[in-house]
Amino acid sequence: MQEHDLSFVRAEMAAVEPPPTADRGLVSWMRRNLFASATDTIFTIIGIALVVMIVPPLIQWAFINAQWTGTDRSACATVAQGGNQPDGWSGACWAFVDAKFQQFMFGRYPVDERWRVYLAAFLFVILLVPMLAPRVPRKGLNAILLFIVFPIVAYFLLVGGAFGLVRVATPLWGGLMVTLVLAYVGITVSLPLGVLLALGRRSHMPVVKLVCVVFIETIRGIPLITVLFMASVMLPLFLPPGTSFDKLLRALIGVALFASAYMAEVIRGGLQAIPKGQYEGADALGLSYWKKMNLVVLPQAIKLVIPGIVNTFIGLFKDTSLVYIIGMFDLLGSVRQNFSDANWASPQTPITGLVFAGFVFWLFCFGMSRYSIFMERRLDTGHKR
Amino acid sequence: MKTIYKALLGSAVVAWMAAPAAAATLDDVKAKGHVQCGVSTGLAGFSAPNDKGDWTGLDVDFCRAVASAIFDDPNAVQFTPLSAKERFTALQSGEVDILSRNTTWTISRDTALGLNFAGVTYYDGQGFMINSKKLQGINSALQLSGAAVCVQAGTTTELNLADYFKANNMEYNPVVFEKLEEVNTAYDSGRCDVYTTDQSGLYAIRLTLSSPDDHIVLPEIISKEPLGPVVRHGDDQWFDIAKWVYYALLNAEELGINQGNVEESLKSDKPEVRRLLGTEEGGKLGTDLGLTNDWVVRVIKHVGNYGEIFERNVGAESPLKISRGINALWTKGGLQYGMPIR
Amino acid sequence: MATRQTIAEGAAPRVPLFYDPRVRGIAYQLLVFIGLFAFVYWIIGNTAANLQRANIASGFGFLEGRAGFDIGDSLIEYSSDSTYGRALVVGFLNTLRVAFFGIITATIVGFLVGIGRLSKNWLINRICLVYVEVFRNIPPLLVIFFWYFGVLSVLPLPRDSIGLPFGSYLNSRGFYFPKFLWGDGSWLVLLALGLALVFSWFVRRWAYKRQMATGEPFPVLWTSVALIIGLPLLAFVVTGFPLNFEFPALSTFNLRGGVQIRPEFLSLYLALSFYTAAFIAEIVRAGVLGVSRGQTEAAHALGLRNGQSLRLVVIPQALRIIIPPLTSQYLNLTKNSSLAVAIGYPDLVATGGTTLNQTGQAIEIVAIWLIVYLGLSLATAGLMNWYNARMALVER
Repeated sequence: MQEHDLSFVRAEMAAVEPPPTADRGLVSWMRRNLFASATDTIFTIIGIALVVMIVPPLIQWAFINAQWTGTDRSACATVAQGGNQPDGWSGACWAFVDAKFQQFMFGRYPVDERWRVYLAAFLFVILLVPMLAPRVPRKGLNAILLFIVFPIVAYFLLVGGAFGLVRVATPLWGGLMVTLVLAYVGITVSLPLGVLLALGRRSHMPVVKLVCVVFIETIRGIPLITVLFMASVMLPLFLPPGTSFDKLLRALIGVALFASAYMAEVIRGGLQAIPKGQYEGADALGLSYWKKMNLVVLPQAIKLVIPGIVNTFIGLFKDTSLVYIIGMFDLLGSVRQNFSDANWASPQTPITGLVFAGFVFWLFCFGMSRYSIFMERRLDTGHKR
Repeated sequence: MKTIYKALLGSAVVAWMAAPAAAATLDDVKAKGHVQCGVSTGLAGFSAPNDKGDWTGLDVDFCRAVASAIFDDPNAVQFTPLSAKERFTALQSGEVDILSRNTTWTISRDTALGLNFAGVTYYDGQGFMINSKKLQGINSALQLSGAAVCVQAGTTTELNLADYFKANNMEYNPVVFEKLEEVNTAYDSGRCDVYTTDQSGLYAIRLTLSSPDDHIVLPEIISKEPLGPVVRHGDDQWFDIAKWVYYALLNAEELGINQGNVEESLKSDKPEVRRLLGTEEGGKLGTDLGLTNDWVVRVIKHVGNYGEIFERNVGAESPLKISRGINALWTKGGLQYGMPIR
Repeated sequence: MATRQTIAEGAAPRVPLFYDPRVRGIAYQLLVFIGLFAFVYWIIGNTAANLQRANIASGFGFLEGRAGFDIGDSLIEYSSDSTYGRALVVGFLNTLRVAFFGIITATIVGFLVGIGRLSKNWLINRICLVYVEVFRNIPPLLVIFFWYFGVLSVLPLPRDSIGLPFGSYLNSRGFYFPKFLWGDGSWLVLLALGLALVFSWFVRRWAYKRQMATGEPFPVLWTSVALIIGLPLLAFVVTGFPLNFEFPALSTFNLRGGVQIRPEFLSLYLALSFYTAAFIAEIVRAGVLGVSRGQTEAAHALGLRNGQSLRLVVIPQALRIIIPPLTSQYLNLTKNSSLAVAIGYPDLVATGGTTLNQTGQAIEIVAIWLIVYLGLSLATAGLMNWYNARMALVER
C-alpha cells in the first residue's frame, strides 16, 4: 500500500489522558454554567453584584423591617413624623394594606351585600376551572354557561334591583372587583368582535373591508386614555340630550372596542397562515361562507394564534388600570385614593400600596401567561416547521 | 351580519340607559330618582369619602340640600368624582346635573364654557404652603423666586400662579398634576417647595401630609376665588332651583332656623318665617320653582342651614377649624347675603 | 341533476337574484354603508344640537388665544403669554422627546436582555428571565408610579444633592449636568464631524468594492470610528478648545444653571424604556431562536468565525422576524407616553387637557389628539415598513 502518499500516519497509540473530572456535582455544574470562560466569569460576577445590590435590601424592606400590624399612621411613621418607629426606619407598611384590604377588593360596595360578590366570584371560579382544564368533557355546555348564562346571573347578582336584591349602583363598586369585571367583559366581548373585524378586513366587499380597516387602524393608532376620555366625558355630547348611561358601562365599551381592534389583528395573522387549499377545499364541499369559517378556517386559525390572543388578554387586563385616570376606582384607583386618607398618611404608605397593587396584577398576568404556554404545548399538532 | 350585530348592541345599550330623552333637567332628575352631582376626587371639608365610604363636605352637603328639596331625601343623590380637567366637560355633556366642586366663578366660564354659577358657597383666595422645617426663614410669598411649585392642572389656581409670579418678576418652576392625590403625594415627597391652591384647600391638605406640623400657610392671598355650584346654560328652572336652594340656606341662618328648631318654627307666626317655610296660606313660592311648598323645611331638616353646614364641614366642629371670616353673614361683617325669599 | 342539465344546455344557471353572490355582496355593502352613514349623521346632528344648547362655540380659533398657564418642561421658548397653539406644540415636542429617547433605550436594553435570555450562563439567564417576567406582567401605569414615587422618595433635597463626576448632581428636582457653551471657531468642529461622516461613507463603499473584487475584508467599523472621533478632536485642538461649561450651583431653592432633566421626564422615560424592553427582549429571543441551527452550522462550515457568523448570517435573518413585532412595540411605547398625565409630565395629552379645561373646546382638542397620535403611528409604521422591505428576503 505504498502508492498512497499520506502526509501523516500515527505510528503509536496516543498517550493515555487522565479521566475527565466528575461531570456531576455542584462544582462541575458551576464550572459549566457560571465560569465556562473568562467573559462568562466576568458576567457572573456582575450578576452576583446585581443580585446582592437588589435582593437583600428588598427582603429587608418587605419582610424584616416591615410593619405588619397597626391601627393608624403612627405604626408606619417615624418619631419625627409623629409615629412610633425609630428615626431612619424604612419598611413596608403592610398594616395599611391589611386595614384597607376590603376597600381594595370591593371599593365602597355595601358591606351587607358583599356576599353577592363572593357568590359571583365563586360561580365564576366553578365555571372557569373546568373550562381551563383540558381533560374535563362537555366544553360546549361549559362555554355556554360561562359566557352566556354567567354574565346574566352575575349582572343581577352584582347590580341587583330584581329578585329581592337591593340595587347597588356602579359608582359604589371599586377595587379588584371592578378590575375583574372590566377584564372579563373586555375579554368576552373583544374575542367575537375581533373575529368579526378580522373577517371583515379580509372580506372581498370593499365597503366592509374599508370600514374594518379604518376602525382597526384608528383604534390601534391612538392611546387608550383618549378613547376612555371620550367614552367617559364626551359620549353624552354625541347622544340625544338627556340620555346618559352608566360610567362603568362606558369604560367597558371603551376597553372592549380597544381590545377588539388588537384582537382583530392577531386573528388576521392566524387567518393568513391558513393555506389557500383549506379555503378552496371548504368551497369545493359546498359550504356556505359562515360554515366554511366556523367549521374549517377559524378552528385552525385560532389555534395557531392562541399565544397572541392570550397576550392581548394580558394587555387588556393591564390596561384596565387606566380607568383610574378617568376617575374610576379600580384596584389601582382604590389604592391611590387611600393615599390621601389622613389616618394613614406616612412616607411608606404610597410605595407599599403600589407594591401590593403591582403584586396582584402580576399574579393574574403571570398566571395567564403560564396557562397560555401550557395550552400552546398541548395544542401543538405539528404546524411548526 | 355586522348590521345585526350593531342592532343587538344598540338594543343592549338602550336597555342600559338610565334615563329617557327629556329636555328639562328637573323632570330628568325626578324620572331617574336622584341628582347626579359632580364633586372633587377628595378634598377634606369640601368633598371626600369618610371612613364608611359616604361622601361628606360642604360641596357634598349642597348637593344633598338640592336632593332634599326635590325628593325630601338627602341620600337621593349620586356623586361623580371628577378631576379639575374633566369637570366642565362632564357638566356640559350632561354627565352630571350639578357641579359642586370648589369651582371658581369667572366670566369666561360663564360665557365661553356655557355655565351658570348659582352662587358663592365659599369665598376663598389662593395661598401658598411651604415646609417651614426644610425652608427656614421664608415667611412671605415674595421670597419664593426660583421655587418649584406644585399645582393642580386646569384650575384658575394655575393661571393666578402664572400671573402672580410674572407681576412680581419672579421665576418659578411649575410642577403640574391632574389629580389632587398626585399633587399631595408629590409635595409630601419633596418634589416641590411650595404647594399652591385655595387657602381652605391648603388647610385641608395639610391634615393629610405625613407631618402636618412642619408645614405653614404663608399670609399672602393672591386672588379672589369665589367657589360655588354650577349648572349648564339653557335650563333656567334648574338654575333657579340651584340658586334658591343656596339663598334658602342663607335665609334660614339669617332667621335663626336650624336643624334643631325647624319643626317648632313651622308654628311660628312671623311672616318672614312663614314665607320661607311655606306655611303661609296660599303661598306658592315652592310650586313656582317646580318643587313643593315645604322645600325649605325639607332642606333644613336634612342638612341644616348654611351656618350649620359650614361649621360641620370646615368650621369649628371639623378638623379644619377655619373661621367664618368673609363667609360670615352680611349682618356679621361677612359677604354671605341671602336674596329675599318672597 | 340540475348541474348536468346546465352543462348540457351550455347556458348560465338561472339562480334567484338573492343567491347571486355578487348581488348579495352589493346588497350587504349597501346596507352597511347606509347604516354607517345614518349613524354618523345621527351623531353629528346630536353633537351640533348639544353644542348649541350649551352655548359652546366651536372651531379652532381658540388656538390663537393667550394660554395664561406655564409649562414646566419645554423644548421651545414658552411663557404664559404664548398661545394655546404653542402650548400644544410644546406638549407635542415633549411627547416626541420621551418617545424618541424611550425607543432608543428600550431597544438597547431589550436586545441586551434578549441575548442574555439565550446566554448559557445560568445566572445571567435567570436574572434576565426574572426581569422579563416581572416587567411584562405589571401595568405600565404602575411601573411609572414606581419609578416616580420610588425614586422621588429616595432622592435628597437640593441642598443635600448627590454630587456626581463632571460637576453633575442628582436630587429630588432631577438630574443636573453642566451646559456646554461653544465659543468662537466651534463651527470648525461641526464641519470636521460632517467631513468625517462623508469620509466614512466613502471608505465603506470602497471597502465593499474591494472585498467583492479581491475577497479581502477591511476593518470599516474601526476606521469610521477613528475618523468620526479623530477629525472633530483634531479640529477642537486646532481651534484652541473653544468650549466652556456652565456648572449648576445651589441657590435658595434649587440648583441654578446647567441643564436640568426633571424627575417627571426621567421617570417616564425610564419606566417606558424598561417596560417596553421586557417585550423587546422576548421578541429578540424569539427572532434569534427562529433562525434554524443549520444556518449557524453552515456558516461555521464556510469558515466564518463566531462573531462573523452572528453578524453576517444569524442577525440579518433574525431581524426579518424581529422587525414587524418591534414596530408595534415602538408604537405602543409612543402611545403609552400619554400616561405622562398621571405624573405631571407636560406631554400632548396633559397640555391638551389643560387647554381643554380653560377653553371648553372638547371636540377640537380630542380631534387634535387623534390626528397627532394617528400621524405618529403611521409615520413610525411607515418608517419601519420601509426598513423591513429593505431587510426582507429577496427571492430570486
